[in-house]
Amino acid sequence: MSIYSVPEAVGLPQSVEEGAAFAGRSLSLPRLSLFRLLPVNGSGVVASAAWAVFGLSCLWWEDRGDWSRTHEVAISAFVIAGIVLVTTLSGSLLGRFGAGLQKRAPWLLVLGLFLSLWEVATAKFGWLPLPFFPPPQAIVEVYTDDLPKLLDSAFASVKLQLGGYVIGAVAGFLTGVSIGWSRSVGYWVHPILRFIGPLPATAWLPIAFFTFPSSWSASTFLIALATGFPVTVLTWSGVASVSNAYYDVARTLGAKPSFLVLKVAIPAALPHVFVGLFMGLGSSFAVLVVAEMIGVKSGLGWYLQWAQGWAAYANMYAALIVMSLLCSGAITLLFRTRDRLLVWQKGVVKW
Amino acid sequence: MVALAVTERASTALARGAALDVEGVSHAFDIDGAVLPVLDDVSFSVKPGEFVALLGPSGCGKSTLLRLVAGLEAPRSGTLREDGDPITGPFPSRVVVFQDPTLFPWRTVWNNVALGLEAQGILKTQRHRVDAAIELVGLSGFRNAYPHQLSGGMAQRVALARALVNDPQLLILDEPLGKLDSLTRITMQAEIASLWQRSGFTTLLVTHDVEEAVFLANRVIVFSDRPARIKADIAVDSPYPRHRGDPKLSELRRNILGLLGLDATW
Ligand SMILES: Nc1ncnc2c1ncn2[C@@H]1O[C@H](COP(=O)(O)OP(=O)(O)O)[C@@H](O)[C@H]1O
Ligand SMILES: [Mg+2]
Repeated sequence: MSIYSVPEAVGLPQSVEEGAAFAGRSLSLPRLSLFRLLPVNGSGVVASAAWAVFGLSCLWWEDRGDWSRTHEVAISAFVIAGIVLVTTLSGSLLGRFGAGLQKRAPWLLVLGLFLSLWEVATAKFGWLPLPFFPPPQAIVEVYTDDLPKLLDSAFASVKLQLGGYVIGAVAGFLTGVSIGWSRSVGYWVHPILRFIGPLPATAWLPIAFFTFPSSWSASTFLIALATGFPVTVLTWSGVASVSNAYYDVARTLGAKPSFLVLKVAIPAALPHVFVGLFMGLGSSFAVLVVAEMIGVKSGLGWYLQWAQGWAAYANMYAALIVMSLLCSGAITLLFRTRDRLLVWQKGVVKW
Repeated sequence: MVALAVTERASTALARGAALDVEGVSHAFDIDGAVLPVLDDVSFSVKPGEFVALLGPSGCGKSTLLRLVAGLEAPRSGTLREDGDPITGPFPSRVVVFQDPTLFPWRTVWNNVALGLEAQGILKTQRHRVDAAIELVGLSGFRNAYPHQLSGGMAQRVALARALVNDPQLLILDEPLGKLDSLTRITMQAEIASLWQRSGFTTLLVTHDVEEAVFLANRVIVFSDRPARIKADIAVDSPYPRHRGDPKLSELRRNILGLLGLDATW
């Protein structure tokens, strides 16, 4: 009866999380034997050195372009190198901060080396063509000099995304529960869902911008649509797959239909619902950016578009980084909520 | 551990379990267009407070009969009555303990046991009954545990507590101990017997363990292969508490195994 295969859908984010967890683990580099002799964590010292190298790489050669923040970047790099070194040498004195930093030392090392290489390849020797590949100090410059506009854009994006996502998630959840629970609702809604659901929400963009009173409401609708479809399908399949045994138990104990929906079907379907929420988050990000690029005159997508128009590549990278942090933060928030609500599940993977 | 707040329960339930009348009940399932007859003209009566064990080959229709008694399904023909009133649907005076504990994994032990009172909307005033039922099955230390943290025996105890908290007049047990190890099973058999004696509810127990049936029940009803028909209705009149070595019970067990066609092995 269901055209969407649940087990496959359920498997998806699980593997994403596992992927993330795996990526974090696989980076613990083998310790150099020299540091075995020292009473401190070797990779912390090396990481500190890598950041110092980054700072030096900023100052050693002349910049090939006109960037005003080179010195500040270099100083920041030295400060970070110092913090890493002090934290490493003070061992367990710094408690959780120290332990967390030690755990991330291999990452800090790689990051320091990457930044050094980036600095040298762009600002110093121009191995990468210049306007397209700005050096780190150019991006830092965006954050220091264009901050208000960037913050405004980020705020506009969050507002638009949040509104559309909440509307889509609630509507999808209610629709999913209704289809899963009631045969007659399923009869009417299922064909519509099959017809409209798989359509990428961005395909509606031209029509939506004509028919809605504002581009903002059109975008909200599209984001809600992109969120609502996976949430509906997964909530529905979650409700439909609840074992009859649970209903039997509840019914023999005197449960009425409302109890069966609210206290049996919905809690049992919740793990599926969260998979739907996760998938909806992903597809709504895509709609958000496209909508901002095409119609809405604000937000990070619009900022990207604007930066491209002025060939301000550093601004584009800066906006991308902010966007990535926001998206990742949203997913983290979703998983935190899930972990809290689904403590009863054993072996929930950490994001 | 067996210190229940019995006083309150005793006044209401000790006086009276429910009477059950099964009259000419037949049932069948449609499987891919074919009709599978499962129960064939089953009739028997259970007196208030009686403990009746149902024995029969696997797949003969015992669980189906219990579902009809619980009111989860309606029979194709025949009637079932509780205290003279036809059974038309589930009601919390008839509580089932299923073969699988089927605890709700998203609820703690306490909230699982509270399910019935919550569903009936009386939990707010009756919270002490939940505590008493959990204490009764010896799981006070696991109130806040989730089902996945329990062993099979503990989960089945929770299922028992979840049933008992409703003060059932008819307790329906569908092979509740079938999946437990033999030590846990023996302990829980003794607990069920003493509970039943103290509380006075009528009990219907499906089991595949002949020894369990004769150890616990006043009466053993033996069913034929599917479709289930009543083959024998045997009274077990040894007084409680019983002893497993009782020669009278051993002889009964031999007779019943003979009825089930297993006498050659004994
Ligand atoms: N809901 C159902 N639909 C179709 N067949 C069923 C259903 N429930 C039970 N049966 C069939 O009825 C027969 C009796 O089942 P059951 O009452 O569970 O036997 P048991 O005596 O082992 O408890 C079995 O053959 C089973 O396959
Ligand atoms: Mg059975």
